Amino acid sequence: MPERDARERAGDFSEVGLGYSEEQAREEAERCLQCRNPTCIEGCPVNIDIKAFIAAVQRGDWADGVSLLKERNPLPAVCGRVCPQEDQCEVACVLAKKGEPVAIGRLERFLGDFDLACDARHRCVAVPGEPTGKRVAVVGSGPAGLACAGELARLGHAVTIFESLHEPGGVLVYGIPEFRLPKSIVAEEIDALRGFGVEIVTDAVIGATHTLGELREELGYDAVFLGNGAGLPVFLGIPGENFNGVYSANEFLTRVNLMRAYEFPRADTPVWRGRKVAVIGGGNVAMDSARTALRLGAEDVFLVYRRTEDEMPARREEVHHAREEGVRFEMLCSPVEVLGQDGWVTGLVAQRMELGEPDESGRRAPVCIMGSEFTVDCDTVVVAVGTRANPLLSATAPDLGLTGRGYVETDEDGATSIPGVYAGGDCVTGSATVILAMGAGVRAARAMDGWLTGA
Amino acid sequence: MFRILHTRQLSDAVFEMGVEAPTIARKVRAGQFLMLRVGAGGERIPLTFSDWSAEEGWVRFIFMRVGKTTHALSHMAPGDSLADLVGPLGNPTHAGGLGRVAVVGGGVGAAVAYPVARAMVEAGDDVTAILGARNAGLLVLEDEFRAMGVKLEVVTDDGSAGRKALVTAPLKELCEAGAIDHAFAVGPAIMMRFCADTTAEFGVPTTVSLNPIMVDGTGMCGSCRVTVGGKTRFGCVDGPDFDGHAVDFAELMSRQRIYAEEERVSAAAYEEECTCRPKE
Repeated sequence: MPERDARERAGDFSEVGLGYSEEQAREEAERCLQCRNPTCIEGCPVNIDIKAFIAAVQRGDWADGVSLLKERNPLPAVCGRVCPQEDQCEVACVLAKKGEPVAIGRLERFLGDFDLACDARHRCVAVPGEPTGKRVAVVGSGPAGLACAGELARLGHAVTIFESLHEPGGVLVYGIPEFRLPKSIVAEEIDALRGFGVEIVTDAVIGATHTLGELREELGYDAVFLGNGAGLPVFLGIPGENFNGVYSANEFLTRVNLMRAYEFPRADTPVWRGRKVAVIGGGNVAMDSARTALRLGAEDVFLVYRRTEDEMPARREEVHHAREEGVRFEMLCSPVEVLGQDGWVTGLVAQRMELGEPDESGRRAPVCIMGSEFTVDCDTVVVAVGTRANPLLSATAPDLGLTGRGYVETDEDGATSIPGVYAGGDCVTGSATVILAMGAGVRAARAMDGWLTGA
Repeated sequence: MFRILHTRQLSDAVFEMGVEAPTIARKVRAGQFLMLRVGAGGERIPLTFSDWSAEEGWVRFIFMRVGKTTHALSHMAPGDSLADLVGPLGNPTHAGGLGRVAVVGGGVGAAVAYPVARAMVEAGDDVTAILGARNAGLLVLEDEFRAMGVKLEVVTDDGSAGRKALVTAPLKELCEAGAIDHAFAVGPAIMMRFCADTTAEFGVPTTVSLNPIMVDGTGMCGSCRVTVGGKTRFGCVDGPDFDGHAVDFAELMSRQRIYAEEERVSAAAYEEECTCRPKE
C-alpha cells in the first residue's frame, strides 16, 4: 500500500497510508489462495468471512465485499486502519508461513473506503428491523457503543447513545490521531448510524447527568449497554510527575485530537509544544503520542520502554512508522524520577534494565540493574503506560458487580449483575483493541435482543 | 445547544449567566461544577454552579473575564446558545454536622461560597460568611449573602467596601475567639493557601475548593492532578474539595500557569478580531 514519505508526513497530521487503488486491491486479493479450510477467519476476533470478502475483491464486486464485511464488522474503514492484523487474521494466513501474508487489513480498508465514498443511498447499510417497541440506552459512543447501537437498531430496537464529551466517537476521536484514522471517517460512520435511527445525546455523563438507575426508572429504557471505556490514566507514581510539561497520553492526545490543539490559536485549546520529548511506554498509545509530538514540532522525541522492541505491545507497523519518522527508541530502561526547575520539566532519570525470567504475561520480565541510573534532558514527558477503570459510573450504581480492579463483571454475553444491563469493551476488559470492543458490543446487542424479546 | 436565559454584569470584569438546562438543574448540589464550551473550536472550561432551580430548569454560574473564552462568553446575550454544558461534575461540598463554620469567598469565589453557605444553613450549620475582594467593584453577591441572613463580614484590599483587610484577618479573629469549628475557603489559590495557613495554627479543619486546569472534567485526562497529603489526586473526580491543610498549593499555582503564554496569545488574537468595541 502506498504511503506518504516519512519526512513529509512527520510535519503534518494528514493520513500516512494512502490506500489501494482498484488495480492494487485486485492484485493483492489475487494472492489469496482461497483455502478450503481458511485459518484467517479463526484469527479474527469477530470471525469475518475473510475468504468470501477477498473472493468478492477478486471478482471486482466491491459492494458484495462490503456487505460480507459488515455482516460481522460495522466499521470496516476504521478496523482496516487500526486493527492489529499482524497478530490476528494475517498471522493465521497460510502465506504468512512462506513470507508475506495476504494484506487482509488493507483490503478491508479498501472496501470500507469504497463504501464511504458511495453516496448515502448506495451505502451498504443493514435495513433496520421491524420496530420492537423496546428502548435501549447505550452508554459511551466509542467502538463498543457504536457497534452495539448499530446491531440493536438492526434488530429493531430504538437506541439512544449517551456520550459524555461534546463529540461522539470515544477513543476513535480523542485517542487515535488523525494521521492514523482521519476524523472524517469516524464522522461518516456516526452519521450513517444516525441515518439508521440511532439517537446520540452528547454532553451526558452517566454517573453525573443521569445515574444508571435513572436511565431505567426515570427515562424508561428497557435495557442498558455500558461501553464507557477505561478512562482514568495511570501515572507512574515517581517523584516530579506533576511538574508542568508532564502529560498523561490521554491528556496529550485529547488536547491534540479532540480539541485540535495543533491548530492553536485557531482552535482555543493549547498544548505545550516541547522541543525534547520523552514518551514512556511501548504500546500503540505511546507510538501515537511520540509521533504526535514530532508533528507538533519537537526536535527530538524518544521512547522509554523497560523491555525490548520484541516485547512492545504496539503494532509493528506503528513501530516501523515511528522509527521512519525519526522517533528514537531507548529500550531496557525504566524512569525513576522526573527532574524539574521552577515547576517545569528539565529531565528524566532512568535506570537500565535487563530481561530476566518470563513473568505471568509470558514475556521476559525486566529486572533493574542496580546503580545504572542515568539522566536525559527533556522538556516534556508523556506517560503512556495504560489506563484503569473510571469509577464515575459505578460509584452511583451500587448494584453493579465489579471485579477487584474496578472493571464491570459480565458473563460471556456481556450480561452484568443487574438484569437488563449489559457491558462490553474496555470497561469490562481493561484497555484492549477497537475490534475486541466492537465484537463485545455486537455480542451484547444480540444477547440483549434475546432478553428484550423474551427469546 | 443550551439557551442562555439571563446575563448580568456584576462588575467591570465579572458576569453572571443563567442557562436553560433542566436535566442538570435537577441534580446540582452545592460545590459541584460544570464544563462548558462556547462554540465550535472552543475550549472546555470548568465553572462552579452559583445557583440553580430544578423547578424552572435553569442553572447559573459566575465568571471573570480573563482570557478568550470568558471574553467571548461575556458578549453573549439571552437568546444566544452555548454549544455545550456538562454536569453536574465533582463531589458536592459536605454540609451538615459541621457546627460553626466560616465560609470564605474571595473574588469570584463568592459565587461558589454562596450556594455552599446556603446548603450549610439548610443543613443546620451555623455560618459566618467572609467575603473579600481587591476592591468594591470586584465584590460580588453581597446582597444575596445578606438576604440569606447569615453573619457577614466584608473586606477589601483597598477599603473601598467593608473593612480594609484580607479575608484572613476576620478568619483569624474567629479562630482566636474559638468561634468556629470548621472553615470552608474558595477563591484564588493564594488566598486559599493563606486561609489554610491561618486555621492550621488553631487546628480548625479547613476545606478548600480547588480550581485546577481541566480538559474533560470526568477523570479522563489527569490535567487537574493536585498533590494532597503527598498523594496525587484528580481535582475533577476526587475533588474539587480537599483538606486545605494537606494541599500542595505551590504546585497547584504552578500548574495553573502552564498555559499563561498561550492564553495571552489567544486573548490577543481574539482582541484583534473582536468587533465588540472600537480599536484604540
